[in-house]
Amino acid sequence: MPAVNLGLPSAGAAIDLVDGSSVSSEQAELAELHHLEMEAIHNGSVASVHSWELVTAVDGPGTRMTLFLSGCLLRCQYCHNPDTWKMRDGLLTTLDDLVTRVKRYKGVFDATGGGLTISGGEPLMQPAFVARIFEECHKLGVHTTLDTSGFLGKSASDTLLDNLDLVLLDVKSGLPETYKEVTGRELAPTVAFGDRLAERKIPVWVRFVLVPGLTDAVDNVDAVAEIVARWPNVERVEVLPFHQMGEDKWDRLNLPYPLHGVHPPDNELQERVRDQFRARGLTVF
Amino acid sequence: MTITEGVRSDKDATQAERPDFVSGPWQDSIDLRDFIQRNYTPYLGDATFLAGPTARTTGVWAKLSAMFPEERRKGVYDVDATTPSSITAHKPGYIDQPNEVIVGLQTDAPLKRAIMPFGGWRMVATSLETYGYPVSPELEKIFTDYRKTHNTAVFDVYPPGVRRARNSHLITGLPDAYGRGRIIGDYRRVALYGVDALIAGKKNDRAELDMEPSTEDIIRAREENSEQIRALKELVQMAASYGSDISKPAVTAQEAVQWLYFAYLGAVKEQNGAAMSFGRNAAFLDTYMERDIAAGLLTESGAQELIDDLVIKLRIVRFLRTPEYDEIFAGDPTWVTESLAGIGEDGRALVTKTTFRFLQTLYNIGAAPEPNLTVLWSDALPEGFKRFCAQVSIDTSAIQFESDEIIRAEMGDDAAIACCVSPMRVGKQMQFFGARVNAVKALLYSINGGKDEVSGKQVAPATAPNTEEILSYDTVFPAYLETLEWLAETYVTALNCIHYMHDKYAYERLEMALHDKEIIRTMACGIAGLSVVADSLSAIKYAKVRPVRDETGLVVDYTIEGEFPQFGNDDDRVDSMAVDVMERFMTMIRKHPTYRGAIHTQSILTITSNVVYGKATGNTPDGRRKGEPFAPGANPMNGRDTHGMLASALSVAKLPYSEAQDGISLTNTVVPSGLGHTKEEQITSLVGLIDAFTSATGYHINVNVLNKDTLEDAMLHPENYPQLTIRVSGYAVNFVRLTREQQMDVISRTFHSH
Repeated sequence: MPAVNLGLPSAGAAIDLVDGSSVSSEQAELAELHHLEMEAIHNGSVASVHSWELVTAVDGPGTRMTLFLSGCLLRCQYCHNPDTWKMRDGLLTTLDDLVTRVKRYKGVFDATGGGLTISGGEPLMQPAFVARIFEECHKLGVHTTLDTSGFLGKSASDTLLDNLDLVLLDVKSGLPETYKEVTGRELAPTVAFGDRLAERKIPVWVRFVLVPGLTDAVDNVDAVAEIVARWPNVERVEVLPFHQMGEDKWDRLNLPYPLHGVHPPDNELQERVRDQFRARGLTVF
Repeated sequence: MTITEGVRSDKDATQAERPDFVSGPWQDSIDLRDFIQRNYTPYLGDATFLAGPTARTTGVWAKLSAMFPEERRKGVYDVDATTPSSITAHKPGYIDQPNEVIVGLQTDAPLKRAIMPFGGWRMVATSLETYGYPVSPELEKIFTDYRKTHNTAVFDVYPPGVRRARNSHLITGLPDAYGRGRIIGDYRRVALYGVDALIAGKKNDRAELDMEPSTEDIIRAREENSEQIRALKELVQMAASYGSDISKPAVTAQEAVQWLYFAYLGAVKEQNGAAMSFGRNAAFLDTYMERDIAAGLLTESGAQELIDDLVIKLRIVRFLRTPEYDEIFAGDPTWVTESLAGIGEDGRALVTKTTFRFLQTLYNIGAAPEPNLTVLWSDALPEGFKRFCAQVSIDTSAIQFESDEIIRAEMGDDAAIACCVSPMRVGKQMQFFGARVNAVKALLYSINGGKDEVSGKQVAPATAPNTEEILSYDTVFPAYLETLEWLAETYVTALNCIHYMHDKYAYERLEMALHDKEIIRTMACGIAGLSVVADSLSAIKYAKVRPVRDETGLVVDYTIEGEFPQFGNDDDRVDSMAVDVMERFMTMIRKHPTYRGAIHTQSILTITSNVVYGKATGNTPDGRRKGEPFAPGANPMNGRDTHGMLASALSVAKLPYSEAQDGISLTNTVVPSGLGHTKEEQITSLVGLIDAFTSATGYHINVNVLNKDTLEDAMLHPENYPQLTIRVSGYAVNFVRLTREQQMDVISRTFHSH
């Protein structure tokens, strides 16, 4: 696995995509191709896509086309899509092709009150693409949702936010040290992004994954609730019980799975955590 | 004299309290649609007006429910093994006489099955032996030596090609040993006009027939007309044995329900049809309900009780069938399909309070597979009704949805579904049911030069076997088309033989008495395994498929290198292949003349035969293993539709209805959380999904809202789930009445979640 410790998405993407540093002459053509691909990703005319799906009632309102982009800088212990971590594993897909598919589902979105959700991976690894497809969506009258950890919030341009109707914001932990343990990264950028969304009054659904023994400490949950409660644009908090369905993906990728043997939270624990959010007047699912 | 003179000239004290129905052409000749349109009251509200069950309803249902475990254990509760059934053969029967508001049973006791030997003696004898009942030697002699049955007659005329195709499971489930069904008598006619008026109408028809030259067609029509009149007279006798005079029109709401049910009961006393569907009755009955309620003669609770009691009767329609039959049509289905709602041609919704009341039975007496409640869905239906449908679907998984827009455009607003997905104009159209061909096996035959991939026998005419190392689409596809041409011809031949003999030896005289003189007939062909065919062709085109040959050169397996698009992901590359095969096969079918000039149609529907078809079919080029079930109906193969429930549905919606006018079936299972967090959210989501699917020209969708855990637990503890109902291809079944194999098939299907 290549080192991925750079905060900037462009640099991170470059490292992810181009393995090794020595470029031999016979690799020159390949490198040139990579360069063109990188350029296309940078200007957003192409995206590295993991998959897409039509889903209902999970990634925002109505029935939605959820587009999973490849590439993420976080390494969450409970990640159920570790196959989306590397941008180079995705399939390069043009903006035009994806807009064509969005158009095809316009009727579905109208009938169900749905729209397009971009998820991942971390969509803000490819912010130019996200900005461009959201712009196209708004031209078509299609509702847009971004599913993000907020860690790369700084990469989201004002234009991107202008065309954004809803954010599913993962606040993975409230205590900085727990956040780091869970994700390998800092909490602060997520909070900063949340503040920015609040200023712009963009509706937010907060998501918190409840993992027994990892994120369930009372003070950690309280800390999440405190952060979230200061954002008036939060419409709901979804407490997502950790599940073990991602384990086989870690196995297939030959990655050591840190949460092997951890049980999903029982109802009692789930309700305790939901109550902690409810205590701050939040709508909780 | 008008046909309804009796209604106006025969007023008694009870009638005087009720206003007359709005008059119109329905009084001059039989025209149920005209009556409904002039008299029904659309209901645009929500479900809050509905009433719960009365103590009487609950008591009658409890009495029956106590009998179900024994029936489930033994396979049948009881059989009258010595009385060939007819409209009048059995004495009146009751569940709990003083507490039944609607009466009538097929035999003299509830759940006691009758024998119906005219379709075939073997079916009767085998069934009796299976369930440990004596086979009467006297009846055996009658139905083998003296009276020819439909079954014997068909085998007298089958050519060898048909026999080969049948024995090799290339064509399966043909109604050549049992009643064909899929005919809906317009049972409403008995309630609206009374039987005397119907007989008078049939006599007029006869007078016309008598003036025509005596050609073969006219002679047959005269004989059928005489049989119809005889059946109507017997129907009056049967009702009289229960104390009702149905020679005159129904007046009260109770009579309307009762007359209607007697008419249907007459049909199921005499015909063991594969599907004995009920029609489109809710708006019709509602006119009587509204009139009685307005006159203060009926309460909401009383109206609901009538429908609850009717539905109890419809739930216990039973036929005696063989285990082989049950393999194809699992779970003892009768397809008492009632078509609900839809939009009228004038734009008013055909939704009435009685439409709601039918759905409410699923709460009042619990979920059940029968009657097969079918909602004709349009996005223009009133919001309150749509939400109630979605709620009932989420709570019970017991209702199915079909596109009202498609059906109305083709057949008007008084059409109903027979069986699962077959639409027909009520009283004006019938079909010759034709089961289906195994399109997957045909593909394997074309690769093996017409030989069966399991037995090695030459079944289809010998053609050059494929000799390629890697299968090429350009070789395989033309060879497949050649095999399909032969199959289409063989198939239509079989159906012509069957229906000629069914008309001759097992004519549905009562059901046809409740039809017009001139009717539309369709020849309902069908395809099984379409998604396996599409994926196989896609694998051959987009991946590298190497055939594996045994020592005799027969291709028995395939290895696949590389990826290929799979049906069910809204991917045109492969979806177009499914469309192409379906359209081409329909064109081939249309080349062959049909018995009685029936219009050629086909369905993409398997019922539960996807399991037996798969069992009889070898390894396929898409990677499906020998014996593995096909997907049901038009469904994508299990687990291959990876882009969500709606993407899967949108692939199926591409199959054009014009080339499958007998219907296209899709079954989807979604876990409750896959529709939303709260019940309200789930209802909104499901309404949206069905709107989106039908707006994309989707034809039919079964929705199961279930967790896999529930089904697994039901397999372990069936006693805890007596009413667990799930939808399979086009109908619903009690999950616990399926065989283990079929249960496993249901559980292995894609559960859409996230």
